[in-house]
Amino acid sequence: MQTGAEVIAGVGLADRPRKSRWPARMDLTQSLSGLVLALFMWGHMFFVSSILVSKDFMWAITKMFEGYFFFGRAFPGIVSMVVFGVLVIFVLHAFLAMRKFPANYRQYRMFIGHKNLLKHGDTTLWWVQFVTGFALFFLATVHLYQMLMHPGDIGPFESADRVWTGRWWPLYLVALFCVELHGGIGLYRLAVKWGWLEGKDADASRKRLKAAKWVVTAFFLVLGVTTLAAYMKIGYDRRDDPGGRYTPAWLVNPPQAPPPWWWPSWMRETPK
Amino acid sequence: MTNGEHRKLKISCLRYNPQEPGAAPRMQTYELEEADGMTLFIALNEIREKQDASLQFDFVCRAGICGSCAMMINGRPGLACRTQTKDLPASFTLAPLPVFELIADLSVNTGKWMRAMSERLQTWVHMKSAEVDLKRIEERMEPELAEEIYLLDRCIECGCCVAGCGSARMREDFIGAVGINKIARFRLDPRDARTDGDYYEVIGDDSGVFGCMSLLACHDVCPKDLPLQTQLAFIRRKMAALGWK
Repeated sequence: MQTGAEVIAGVGLADRPRKSRWPARMDLTQSLSGLVLALFMWGHMFFVSSILVSKDFMWAITKMFEGYFFFGRAFPGIVSMVVFGVLVIFVLHAFLAMRKFPANYRQYRMFIGHKNLLKHGDTTLWWVQFVTGFALFFLATVHLYQMLMHPGDIGPFESADRVWTGRWWPLYLVALFCVELHGGIGLYRLAVKWGWLEGKDADASRKRLKAAKWVVTAFFLVLGVTTLAAYMKIGYDRRDDPGGRYTPAWLVNPPQAPPPWWWPSWMRETPK
Repeated sequence: MTNGEHRKLKISCLRYNPQEPGAAPRMQTYELEEADGMTLFIALNEIREKQDASLQFDFVCRAGICGSCAMMINGRPGLACRTQTKDLPASFTLAPLPVFELIADLSVNTGKWMRAMSERLQTWVHMKSAEVDLKRIEERMEPELAEEIYLLDRCIECGCCVAGCGSARMREDFIGAVGINKIARFRLDPRDARTDGDYYEVIGDDSGVFGCMSLLACHDVCPKDLPLQTQLAFIRRKMAALGWK
């Protein structure tokens, strides 16, 4: 209370205990953690889809994250640490977002009835966000735990074998749709919630944001499905003899297979 | 006279009087011929005059100023007096606004809810005791600022934003866009001595501004086209900034 007793007509204003600051912090943290996760998922999708360029390129991306190009040796533990960070943010976001969930049967009935009656786009999208968010509690956790414990099993063959022989593709397929819908709607909602990119005409910019949201979601869904199909194909082709590690040709047999143009010059002398 | 060009409207109204012992909610369909420029206000009055005197609904100004005639028109909150039947299909439904206390049929007691909201948010100008001098001439206000305040003051408390709000439907204590807009209005007013800290006291929680899930149906259904999206975001930023410290 900053004005308190000097304000008249505010009956009891001065006597009231100061309201907790935590609702504000939780609200901001929910938005921020969502933003970080959504942007992370954009990056994640680009890195994962490197398989569409080539196996060598995807291999190089994974090795980059394992520090191979910085230390001359791969440390999958680095990946584990990043995964742990993402897991913490994910759990935090889930915890905070749960405050908005319908909490009992009455609230369920109320919202579903309301949504069906109103037929209002952003209200329906919230329900989609709620359902996909709930699904991600489980889908994302399973995936994150796997990555946390087996960070070295990421690579053109390693991932493909996991997807096909390890039967992870159904989970990835469902998770892909959940993530892209949830994150896309979430980013849009963040913008309208905090008034980002609002400009002079809030209605016009909201329309543009909504259109951009669908374009981005469609783009990542197409990219994601194509990428998953690519891993499934590689895994399927290797189904009889899965489990090997991928190593680029120029590392297996340097003189016959020269390294590609992007291969760091300082690593040309001492491959492996 | 019928010229064959007008549609036959089928209006299904929710009928229920909680005062009537043993009464159960039901839908009743009225048929009437559409007229040029017919609003729901005209249609409902015609039904009451010619078909069913027991149908209850509220009207005062019939010009979108009093906010009494808000109802669910085909599932969407809106003012009956500002809704033309030509913008609706030939058969449509009318229901009372949810959230608010039902009087009977299409009539609800928005006033009771709005009064509670006003008391909770203290939606009046709070002046410092020393400044209260009824003989003194009021301080001047820039016309631009007066316009800005007036823009938000155009709220008629019809309840459409609350009825359209998913958060308010789920959580009875949510203050709704009408409440947050009021805070935005008094925050603009230089005569109001309250600071953001004071406003945080009344809306800085999950039943206040942080309970808003940004579904924005309030903005989309507001019959007065209030800039609710902008105001909700603005107050949220102010309250979040204050609370973060």
